[in-house]
Amino acid sequence: MAMFRLALVLLFCMTLPIRAETVVAGLSQTRISINTSFQGSEILVFGAVKREAPIPAEKLDVIITVQGPAVPVTVRRKARRLGIWVNTESVEVDRAPSFYSVSTTAPLSQALSQTEDLRHQVSIDRAIRAVGVADGAENVPAFIQALIRIRMRAGLYQMQPNTISLIEDTLFRTGVALPANLTEGDYVTRIFLTRGGQVIDMHQTTIPVRKVGLERWIFNLAHRQPLIYGLLSVLIAVIAGWGASAVFRYFRA
Amino acid sequence: MQIYLPIAEISVNLILLLGLGGVVGLLSGMFGVGGGFLITPLLFFMGIPPAVAVATGANQIVASSISGVLAHLRRKTVDLRMGTVLLIGGLIGAALGMAAFNVLRQMGQVDLLVRLCYVLFLGVIGGLMLIESLRSWRRIRGGARPKRRQHRWVHGLPFKMRFRTSGLYISAIPPLLVGALVGVLAAIMGVGGGFIMVPAMIYLLGMPTKVVVGTSLFQIIFITGFTTMAHAVTNQTVDMALAVILLVGGVIGAQLGTRIGAHLKAEQLRILLAALVLAVCGKLALDLVLRPEDLYSLSETGAV
Repeated sequence: MAMFRLALVLLFCMTLPIRAETVVAGLSQTRISINTSFQGSEILVFGAVKREAPIPAEKLDVIITVQGPAVPVTVRRKARRLGIWVNTESVEVDRAPSFYSVSTTAPLSQALSQTEDLRHQVSIDRAIRAVGVADGAENVPAFIQALIRIRMRAGLYQMQPNTISLIEDTLFRTGVALPANLTEGDYVTRIFLTRGGQVIDMHQTTIPVRKVGLERWIFNLAHRQPLIYGLLSVLIAVIAGWGASAVFRYFRA
Repeated sequence: MQIYLPIAEISVNLILLLGLGGVVGLLSGMFGVGGGFLITPLLFFMGIPPAVAVATGANQIVASSISGVLAHLRRKTVDLRMGTVLLIGGLIGAALGMAAFNVLRQMGQVDLLVRLCYVLFLGVIGGLMLIESLRSWRRIRGGARPKRRQHRWVHGLPFKMRFRTSGLYISAIPPLLVGALVGVLAAIMGVGGGFIMVPAMIYLLGMPTKVVVGTSLFQIIFITGFTTMAHAVTNQTVDMALAVILLVGGVIGAQLGTRIGAHLKAEQLRILLAALVLAVCGKLALDLVLRPEDLYSLSETGAV
């Protein structure tokens, strides 16, 4: 019986991943505040590889992803009908991250194998597909590609190979630029260590992105007290219009 | 100098926004149009989400119209009675238009409808105005007096009312219908409707050009105020910060515009407005006909 128990423990230990190398990381900011003068931000992701064994021969790679909150989005395609361009087909993407950035020490295809990408959903393609596409037109992949293309052009999706500096296979750092038109929410940062395309460790942290001060107040009022907000907006307009008229008359008199 | 807008969730240039508000305010004061047909497309162009641009544009027009109407009131060029009749029709129309807008949005074709509306109305109205005003301008330059046309079909209808400021004695039905039509279009196109109202008042109701601008502004205040409220309550898309910036530029522009407008001749004013309307129409028509840069477009279902 004792022998059996020992064998069981041994077997259990063997199935556990051998974590020879683990990642320790930090971010330059613990939260991002959107105030009136917010113009985008850069977060510095830095860290080190902690290991209890000698460095293996295989090349070490680091992959860092930053993912914004997912929002449903409709992708529409235009076609020519009677000489004018109109929206014809559309695909609803249930959840696509509003922001997604992948930084790596090497091209992603080298740093990560296809199966590991599928498992951890690292590449932009996977990050969108993972969360599901609702039914719609045929040729859905073309719509997904369009979504990625448009968001990449807007700087909302970023593919940044070779932007992580890795020193002595131990220290790493990179900067991730966040654009000004950020969606509020929790931004998830994941740091992967890979060797030969296999993920050997992963570390995940969250940075809250929140509006503060006047921005927060206006946003909350608009969503919680829409009637009061609407009245206030109209009132401001009335006062501004009347005020300008009065000021101009005063100057003329 | 950049500023972050809380509802639009985007960072934009403050000076550019102030300038935009100013130019639109100037036109508003000069021509009695709310300027919505200019401000809304220009805000799109700056990257502000369409829903926010439409709602905030309406809010901004409230301020510039009030500023303009006060200047007109002092010069006694507002027909309050006519304005009220138009307004009653307008509010009914705006409520109907809002309902239609929501139905069409569910069908996914609202963008096309709005653009087609713009092209059609701007094109027809701009064209008619240009022809008419060029003709009367030539007549004046030729020394002939423009003769006041009388006895049109509008004069044969019941419920006659006397509009002293306009010097009219006509049925209340045409102004009500004009108001309702403009209200529907205002809600669908997200504009005050001045660019339709002004020519309708001149050519359909036969009002003197002098009182048209002030009266149009008067009822635009209420129509856009109503639209602002409707958008704030149903979609939460009115951006107060954006509106305030546009207002500051807009109210100053409107005051200057009213001064400039007072020094220009009515015919010149009409030719300028017609040219402006046609220019915007041409741009929108081109966008519909030319192959778009990207056949695909995104709309965030959650935000709109």
